[in-house]
Amino acid sequence: MTQTVNNGDTAWLLTSAALVLLMAPGLAFFYGGMVRSKSVLNMMMMTFGALALVSILWVLFGYSLAFGDDLGGGLLGNPEQFAGFRGMLTATSGGVPVTAFAVFEGLFAVITVALISGAIADRARFGTWMVFVALWVTVVYAPVAHWVFDYSAGGHVGGWLANRLHLVDFAGGTAVEVNSGAAGLAAALVLGKRVGFGRDPMRPHNLTLVMIGAGLLWFGWFGFNAGSALRADNAAAVVFTATLLAGSAGALSWLVVERVRDGHATSLGAASGMVAGLVAITPACGAVSPVGAILLGGVAGAVCALAVALKYKLGYDDSLDVVGVHLVGGVVGTVGIGFLATRVAPSRVDGLLYGGGVDQLWRQLVAVAVVLAFSFVATYVIVTVLERTMGFRLDEEHEVSGIDLVVHAETAYDLHATAGARTHLGHGGGSGVLAAITRHESDERG
Amino acid sequence: MKLVTAVIKPHKWEDVRSALEMVGVTGMTVSEVSGYGRQKGHTEVYRGAEYDIALVPKIRVEIVVEDEDADEVVISIVDSAKTGRIGDGKVWVMPVESVIRVRTGDQDVAAI
Repeated sequence: MTQTVNNGDTAWLLTSAALVLLMAPGLAFFYGGMVRSKSVLNMMMMTFGALALVSILWVLFGYSLAFGDDLGGGLLGNPEQFAGFRGMLTATSGGVPVTAFAVFEGLFAVITVALISGAIADRARFGTWMVFVALWVTVVYAPVAHWVFDYSAGGHVGGWLANRLHLVDFAGGTAVEVNSGAAGLAAALVLGKRVGFGRDPMRPHNLTLVMIGAGLLWFGWFGFNAGSALRADNAAAVVFTATLLAGSAGALSWLVVERVRDGHATSLGAASGMVAGLVAITPACGAVSPVGAILLGGVAGAVCALAVALKYKLGYDDSLDVVGVHLVGGVVGTVGIGFLATRVAPSRVDGLLYGGGVDQLWRQLVAVAVVLAFSFVATYVIVTVLERTMGFRLDEEHEVSGIDLVVHAETAYDLHATAGARTHLGHGGGSGVLAAITRHESDERG
Repeated sequence: MKLVTAVIKPHKWEDVRSALEMVGVTGMTVSEVSGYGRQKGHTEVYRGAEYDIALVPKIRVEIVVEDEDADEVVISIVDSAKTGRIGDGKVWVMPVESVIRVRTGDQDVAAI
């Protein structure tokens, strides 16, 4: 594995990794603006917490679980092989340092688990969330990343979806989008609805924050998708173009659905449609033509705009529509490859509409079904166990009074100078906000 | 002395202030408030979910005046705040027992 390093490819890969990292604060803004003002900090902390924790776990054992030599059946990598990035520091592969590839992939793990937080907004205990993040990345994300992203090469044996089923998934329609969406559904079902769901208004408290977040996500997505080419080459440029077009088409089609259905084109709709288009193009960005990217993004924007209404009909509180946007958009994109893939694109596969028959289509369908089922069941079990042992759902009273104050002892906005704050400098144990709340409660009980 | 309180549409506030300056009012207390009357609220739509927003933003103006000035101040507010559409607001007058200027200790009419 001692080849020369290609400077251009390495520079692009490292830059792409930084772009993917930017998606974390992007997601924090995107989600944070959508919740009520009493829980924006917790919403953002779920993403920042995941970023800090997963980065470390990924280096310690996560990368090895996903990209170590296969332990059997294409199901899981060897967790010891690259533990702590052992033996990787001078290794190169395909002209880029293995370490650069490994941190790039680690940031995919960060964003995937962070996406789940949108399904359980306002009501998840932070400590339990962090335990969930560690468990989920280990038990769900790393295996699925092994299946989808770990290609066999030389003496290395990779995962079964990529190498045996020959799934086409360029940047993670299954491993990232379907995976997080199915997990979000399971987590929302186990934790239950927010107090007042469907009765109290739960409108976004800051749509400008949502728009900033959506913009940062799109910017970062160029690294996510075009960085997945792992080279600064023609394929990266084609993927980059598809990423631009699908986001644009998704935003437009979501707005058209809204204008026809509700009478208004909204800013939240533009941001959501853009993300829906980007979700759908994530697996397909290397498989479709630019016109195919417009079609796929457009279909995803419209389908997701309709899908977000499902939660009210079916009665589950997927608070920020992780299911409606990421699961549904991920399915549209991954299955869409079976129709819209064309041999002229980097993935070199023809879909049904380009004379390839159903050969690729069934492979895409199998992969979607397997990842969806595995993620849903495994997440359902993890969240249930955590709820019954540590307790995952916040107390109703604390949820109503606001998770930012109760869990983090902070409020996001100080808009009134007359709030009556007094300062206790240093740490005197009993003088904090939590102590004040506790005192207040014991007063009431007393 | 009288306390004149007016609840008006936010975008009429500058008109009302100019009109009050014309009749010699030199100070007032203004707050941003919300409420509803016959105007009811409005509807907002987020990802297809409709919310009825009951409370409408308004401006509340409070002025303490001498008894004989009250009618002129009220008329001036009503004229300047009027758009003729629903939701223009209300003006009401209440008696005031005493007023003290904090800085000087001046009382009642001298403190206005």
